[in-house]
Amino acid sequence: MIEIDRVTKRYGTTTVVDDVSLTIPPGGVTALVGANGAGKSTLLSIIGRTLRPEAGTVRVDGLDVAKTPGATLARRLSILRQENQVAVRITVRELVEFGRFPYSGGRLTREDLDHVDRAIEYLQLEQFANRPLDRLSGGQRQRAFIAMVLCQDTDYMLLDEPLNNLDMRHAAQTMTLIRQMAKDLQKTIVVVIHDINFAAFHADRIVAMKDGRIVADGSPQSIITPGTLKDVFEIDVPVHEVAGRPLAVYFA
Amino acid sequence: MAIESTAGVLIRPRQQGFHPGRARTTLAILGALFVASVALFMTYDLKGSLDYALELRGRKVAGMAMVGFAVAYSSVLFHTATHNRILTPSLMGFDSLYVLIQTLAAYFLGTAEFLQVDVRLRFGFEVLLMLGFAALLYRWLLGRGDRDVYVLVLVGIILGTMFTSLTELVMRMIDPNEFTRLQDRLFANFSTVNQDLLVISAVTIVAVTALSWPILGRLDVVALGREQATNLGVDHERIVTRALFVVAILVSVSTALVGPVAFLGLLVANLSYQLTGTFRHRYTVPVAGLLGMVALIGGQFVLQEFLSFQTRLSIIISFAGGIYFIFLLYREANR
Repeated sequence: MIEIDRVTKRYGTTTVVDDVSLTIPPGGVTALVGANGAGKSTLLSIIGRTLRPEAGTVRVDGLDVAKTPGATLARRLSILRQENQVAVRITVRELVEFGRFPYSGGRLTREDLDHVDRAIEYLQLEQFANRPLDRLSGGQRQRAFIAMVLCQDTDYMLLDEPLNNLDMRHAAQTMTLIRQMAKDLQKTIVVVIHDINFAAFHADRIVAMKDGRIVADGSPQSIITPGTLKDVFEIDVPVHEVAGRPLAVYFA
Repeated sequence: MAIESTAGVLIRPRQQGFHPGRARTTLAILGALFVASVALFMTYDLKGSLDYALELRGRKVAGMAMVGFAVAYSSVLFHTATHNRILTPSLMGFDSLYVLIQTLAAYFLGTAEFLQVDVRLRFGFEVLLMLGFAALLYRWLLGRGDRDVYVLVLVGIILGTMFTSLTELVMRMIDPNEFTRLQDRLFANFSTVNQDLLVISAVTIVAVTALSWPILGRLDVVALGREQATNLGVDHERIVTRALFVVAILVSVSTALVGPVAFLGLLVANLSYQLTGTFRHRYTVPVAGLLGMVALIGGQFVLQEFLSFQTRLSIIISFAGGIYFIFLLYREANR
């Protein structure tokens, strides 16, 4: 369980995350949605302890992320940020192997290698395994990073806009994969998503943020409604039901 | 055994992503080159008293080896800590600060008094101040997220120039006779390295290397970036601070021995990345270290035996390194 308790983050005088409390029980995909600058990514970074809040605490399975040793947390919680630039030349397999660092500290055991193989297979990266990261397309690179955090084998995975820069095929594949990981591998996944329709089709729960606060929280059916979307994004959006899911038509 | 599959992809059973073959070969070749250059330097054209010549040359070789290693190691660590491959401690003004501290101490204490202070005490004091500088630099510049490399280059050039100018200013205020004595002692060249200083330097380098070797694996993770490191459970801040402390100590050692050697670190560190084809510190550090030692010992040998000292090694290194620096900046700008 992830327990966020009265977390506040400021940059200068701007409050980006404003006294947020939220509980995410184990299992399923939770999507964080909201307009640009609503504080989604910041909140995710705070949960993933890559940012420190000014106030409040985050606990993962009872462990305070600000106080628990990094190596302990790295076996329970992984975070993947949206800009994944690696300055060094590294192959896909090497990168995925680093996902085992919290367990083996760089000396891979047979068990580690099994995890690596499985993660590469799961993300269908076999044919790219020995290719340097900088010679992959955006979608392939994204999958390589997801393979790395999957290899980290944590119960909780935080993904910050994993669909960024992906075309529709890769975006749909990635979201399907994320849902599949939650279901097959019993992961608890929190994902920041820009496109609310991806959230509507793939998430179990949607948390909407606006101006650093949570303004709506519930199932896709209860959040993707013209009324709530007006509250969150300040535009009128008609919602239709397609394939049993709400689809927001926000293009005009 | 490697099997070529139909798709043209190499498949090895239980293979790992990193193949150390190339890095190991490089290491072996450089190891051999190092031994050869030391042997050549020690034995070529020996004349007169054997004991005396060997001792003199041995001292030179020891000094050059330590400088080469310290400069290389500190540059590789600095690159990883700052997430760039262009700046070296020397380009950030580390060694010019060391010279400034010494000059200031001599000015305020008086040159004669300053030179009478035990060399070990003097060295220890300087190292402390250098550690303070490293900590400040971290808090100021490197601690807050990933800075633009160009901002760092600019700050480095300004700091370096400022420290050098201040040193020149203080030197002008010192009595010319005393100044000459001071300069002799501050910029020991390899032939007149102080015995005590050699011993302290050796002990320091061995101790610092032994203490920092265990963090090399975590530095590989740090090289992936701050956020990846945090995600993988590596305390980025702690490892980077430790690395910068090691840098400060190593720069103190090399500067105390021969004064600033601009660009040597840049050259050997980047050559090491290219030759090994990896960023794994367990390979890049020893390869860079060997390159540094071979460059100094081999270069000095060629210079004194074949070019009869018509130029200084540091000038050649600065010339080659300067061109390489421009090349790296150019390549970085076009990435």
